[in-house]
Amino acid sequence: MSDCSIGIDIGSVAVKGVLLEGASLKTAMAPTGWNPRESALQVLQNLCGQRGISSPPSSIPLVATGYGRKYLECAGKHVTEITCHSRGVRHLVPEARTVLDIGGQDSKVILMNPHGGVESFAMNDKCAAGTGRFFQMMAHALEFSMEEFGSVSPEGEFQPISSMCAVFAESEVIGHLARGVTRESIVRGLLHSIASRSATMLTKNGLLPPLFFSGGVSQSSSLRRFLEKELKVPVLWDPCSQFAGALGAARIGLEEKTNHGNRG
Amino acid sequence: MGTVDSIVQYVQDHLQDGPVAIKEAAEAGKIILGMYCTYMPWELIHAAGAIGAGLCAKSSKPIPAAEEHLPRNLCPLIKASYGHALQDSCPYFHFCHAVLAETTCDGKKKMYELLNRIKPVYTLQIPQRSDRPEDLKQLKEEFYKIREYLEELVGRRITQEDLRQAITLRNAERRALRSLWELSREEDPPLSGMELEHFSEYMQFSFDKETAVPWLEEQVRRIRQAWERGERPQGSGRPRILVTGCPLGGIPKVIEAIENAGGTVVCYENCGGQKEMGFLVDETKDPMEALAEKYLATGCSIMSPNRHRIESLDFLMEHYRVDGVVEVLLTACHTYAVEAHTVRERVQAREKKYILVETDYSESDREQLATRMDAFIEML
Repeated sequence: MSDCSIGIDIGSVAVKGVLLEGASLKTAMAPTGWNPRESALQVLQNLCGQRGISSPPSSIPLVATGYGRKYLECAGKHVTEITCHSRGVRHLVPEARTVLDIGGQDSKVILMNPHGGVESFAMNDKCAAGTGRFFQMMAHALEFSMEEFGSVSPEGEFQPISSMCAVFAESEVIGHLARGVTRESIVRGLLHSIASRSATMLTKNGLLPPLFFSGGVSQSSSLRRFLEKELKVPVLWDPCSQFAGALGAARIGLEEKTNHGNRG
Repeated sequence: MGTVDSIVQYVQDHLQDGPVAIKEAAEAGKIILGMYCTYMPWELIHAAGAIGAGLCAKSSKPIPAAEEHLPRNLCPLIKASYGHALQDSCPYFHFCHAVLAETTCDGKKKMYELLNRIKPVYTLQIPQRSDRPEDLKQLKEEFYKIREYLEELVGRRITQEDLRQAITLRNAERRALRSLWELSREEDPPLSGMELEHFSEYMQFSFDKETAVPWLEEQVRRIRQAWERGERPQGSGRPRILVTGCPLGGIPKVIEAIENAGGTVVCYENCGGQKEMGFLVDETKDPMEALAEKYLATGCSIMSPNRHRIESLDFLMEHYRVDGVVEVLLTACHTYAVEAHTVRERVQAREKKYILVETDYSESDREQLATRMDAFIEML
């Protein structure tokens, strides 16, 4: 168990957990709900179950991240999601220099130096436009599941959407539906708007390719395509994108342990 | 309790003394003039025998009242200034005979028109450029006009000697503050950024400068001795942060977020910090000329171009050996918000880390600020 480490990322919508052991990576996820602490413990329990242990022994480093990181008192260390995302992405795609992370309620851009350290970052956590919550609201208004919404083909006509405010966009969408615009066309319009907004945030903060896209919203292959069109650079992604923060936390735990080991 | 802690405790215990001091001054028949801005020549007010008192502008409480007359999308400093006046909730405004205002940003100068309905407002016209001889001439003429206004108000002439004495006194205060700030050049400085702010606030409302300045000089000597004896109340190895941008009066939460994250603020480029008090008036020149020169060089973002701020930042980043720069914007402060792009470029060109935060006087973004500052300090 000497190379084992756990990272828990308590986000606004979901708690993500990663158990890292050598090259093996176990993941678990649960909705954050009203009780972030309980959900985090549930994810921790799930990871331990997968490893065949009842609870994490104190010899396994446990690092918490995400907006709710302080709720997990049993964690040995609390690190911000900025630092953890950069470490997690470095693990997944070592050559990445910029991270776009779009989570449940916020979005952020992180620029990294060639060694994976954070060079600068910008966060938008004052407005839900273009975040996972926005995705949910629009999918709901169009009676699509999140998966269907995110995988509407990027090719074809799209209905431009002028408002990115979650509340105003919803009434605009309803207006377009009433005029007989197809749902697919509206979805493309919304994805295009989110991509264009994210592209602005990236260029404003000095985008350096290669770009990696993480967070729950990155699972939409169509959005990734729109983003590529907008930025004219490839958008890197990984099936574990949503776990990048938790993975980074696990990596930090492991490195701390190794450093202590070397000193001791 | 160590020497440093006991001095800090004394300052903190007396931070609320200003209102009583101003009431006593008013009752003793002193003429009190309210002011808001770093551009206001304190020396002229003092030379006239009046007291220049900084007016309240840093609370969120009077903002709803101000919004009955002012637009919501306006900087909180302007709204708070006006709201305090409307509600009569600022002791300095209450006791002042008139307000000495200035044409800095558009929001302020238009607010002063409304403020004039509550108290007489004298508005000093500040040029928007500082790099040409005619700008200096203009500010000097404005200083002559306000001098006449003050003479009429107090009913006596301001002599050259009065002016020279006022300049010497204010320069002594600036030197004392600078020697306080110099303590933060040391590795593991004796004072936290929050404590530095408390000293500045204490000095701002110590109206009897003849007593306050030697007192401050003495405390700086004692703090330095304690530091040399090995007192390290801040611990060691904390990243060194320079703060720049809008005035910080209503937003100690930003400094708290930086220092709770493990950093120490070692320098303030802002108003109330180095921006005004960091620069002396030339005592060898004609007093009016020297005053105009000094105040014109204030590196405020209302100036275009504003090379004084950038030059000052360059110097301060090196002088205080900072690891990172935090730029603080108040919501809807357009001039600082636009200038932030230039500041970011300059800071990054000097290979220092930079972060910008926009905030207002509310408490709602405490957690968001904490996350940003935690991540910023983790970066260093």
